[in-house]
Amino acid sequence: MGLEGRWRDIDYLLTRQGNVVGPGFEPGPEIREFLQNDCRVLVVGAGGLGCELLKDLALSGFGNIDVIDMDTIDVSNLNRQFLFRMHDVGRSKAEIAAQRIMQRIPGVSVTAHHCMIQDKPLDFYQQFHVIVLGLDSLEARRYMNSVACSFLEYDEDGQPDLSTIKPMVDGGTEGFKGHARVLIPGVTPCFECTLWLFPPQTKFPLCTLAETPRSPAHCIEYAKIILWPKERSDDSFDADCEEHMKWVYEKALARAAEFGIQGMTYQLTQGVVKNIIPAIASTNAIVAAQCTLEALKMVTMCSTGLNNYMMYVGTDGVYTLTTPYERDEKCPICSAGVSYEVSPSTTLQQLIDGLVADPDLGKHLSAPSVSYGSTNLYMRGALEGQTRHNLEKPISELVDGEGSVIHVNDRKLVSAMKVRLKFNGTNGHMET
Amino acid sequence: MIKLFSVKEKAKKDAAAANGKQQKTTAGELRVQKDISELDLPKNVSLRFPDGNDKIMNFEVTLKPDEGLYKGGAFLFSFAVPSGYPHDPPKVKCLTKVYHPNIDLEGNICLNILREDWKPVLTITAVIYGLNFLFLAPNADDPLNKEAAQMMQQSPAQFERLVAQSITRGCSIGGDYFPPCRGERSS
Ligand SMILES: [Zn+2]
Repeated sequence: MGLEGRWRDIDYLLTRQGNVVGPGFEPGPEIREFLQNDCRVLVVGAGGLGCELLKDLALSGFGNIDVIDMDTIDVSNLNRQFLFRMHDVGRSKAEIAAQRIMQRIPGVSVTAHHCMIQDKPLDFYQQFHVIVLGLDSLEARRYMNSVACSFLEYDEDGQPDLSTIKPMVDGGTEGFKGHARVLIPGVTPCFECTLWLFPPQTKFPLCTLAETPRSPAHCIEYAKIILWPKERSDDSFDADCEEHMKWVYEKALARAAEFGIQGMTYQLTQGVVKNIIPAIASTNAIVAAQCTLEALKMVTMCSTGLNNYMMYVGTDGVYTLTTPYERDEKCPICSAGVSYEVSPSTTLQQLIDGLVADPDLGKHLSAPSVSYGSTNLYMRGALEGQTRHNLEKPISELVDGEGSVIHVNDRKLVSAMKVRLKFNGTNGHMET
Repeated sequence: MIKLFSVKEKAKKDAAAANGKQQKTTAGELRVQKDISELDLPKNVSLRFPDGNDKIMNFEVTLKPDEGLYKGGAFLFSFAVPSGYPHDPPKVKCLTKVYHPNIDLEGNICLNILREDWKPVLTITAVIYGLNFLFLAPNADDPLNKEAAQMMQQSPAQFERLVAQSITRGCSIGGDYFPPCRGERSS
């Protein structure tokens, strides 16, 4: 393959000034060198969006790409997940995608991680300059959001410390609709700030399913959520197991016949159980292209970035709308929180009293509860009796030392307040 | 838009700095912590965390109706909060077998806020109040136990007798045995 002139178009962008460049853009050949040699980008998901993202990023000059996906290739993926072939069925999506990109695009290094996103330690995610999400579940997005936001620190003035920002670009598609958004923790809204953007899954009333089913979907849901636990309580249902899916289909079919409901198919059963909305290849391509451009702009500043959410609707022609959503200042995940200075020997009770008496913080507190990660240090309500004994303990015994972040809950607060503990006292620093 | 990377200096970020002081919690768990710390339960409800104080995504609730047809019984519920909470509702089952039009023999519960009317602003407290209400005002229009619902509609007096008998002494109704409702898990 001739590589002459391969980067001509990218170089037009990176080596010349322009009217729409981003703040602090300094054109020059070093930018492309940085993209190719030093910049690390992680693609989360190697499915429909992931394949497009990997191809686009590699062709845009990103030289070091990692990709993580726990899935294996299914025959139904092949129509749009174009990096995969028939003989790849059953193999790791991440590994095959990485191989194919490296075969087709010389000079690019792609590292595959065939595992769950939860399996990787925080340090793994820390090494990337930018993380691009090609996911299909809110759950995985929320997880990646908590990872990216966990690196964020604020300075004394409550401004985000730029060196701790782990930016993400998120793409999503559902049939002919899609979105691309830019998440810069501390600057643009995180997923938790705008959780309402994700519509709840439509659910049918249980009594409708049980007594008055009117559609094939009602019968399928009935078979899965009522009949399965009743008749197969020893097996946990696995949507990827063909035998399980067939069982649900047959039960649903019998139920549909009983109620005179037409239109039951195995495919529909899969669709309802897995909540599948048919994926459209062109939607993936459009959204991935936008995400790649945003990653490129974020890293190089060659143009101003998306602010901060673009929706795309391809049902009637092409419609896009960009909306600058706002952060939730009280977001328990990405908000600044507050610093609070205590002596390591302060008891939890004294800490709580101090917070309530504090002229600023006290305004939002009346009867606080305190957690540290998953550890509930002092909880009012149902756990009061079980956690009361911690009140007498010094705080240094309950947390991991200087800089620990505790969460304070109170009826007066909309969501948990993050409090970063600073230890004062004789040694200045506390060893733990 | 802000400039995050200084390419000229090839500034690489301090990879060491991942501060381990912030223990990992999911957003769903943070929200459950808030719900649990603010639980405001009626006197007739109690809560138990079988896996310990720090495993709060699964717990059990015992409800002892203090009025209505089900007064005198005690009912055990399991709550399993999914990681998608509060976008997704908690999964609740009634572990005590009960003769009730809106609860089937497997413990599935027909309560709108557990499914179609769930909203992320709702809380664990709201769900518990919903369950409490279900025992004060069983609703024959949304049946999960059709026989019970029909009985309630067609012979309210007989329905009342069967409820009273089943929850206090236990009895068979239409071939199904209902042990006395003492807040235990019926197997
Ligand atoms: Zn946020």
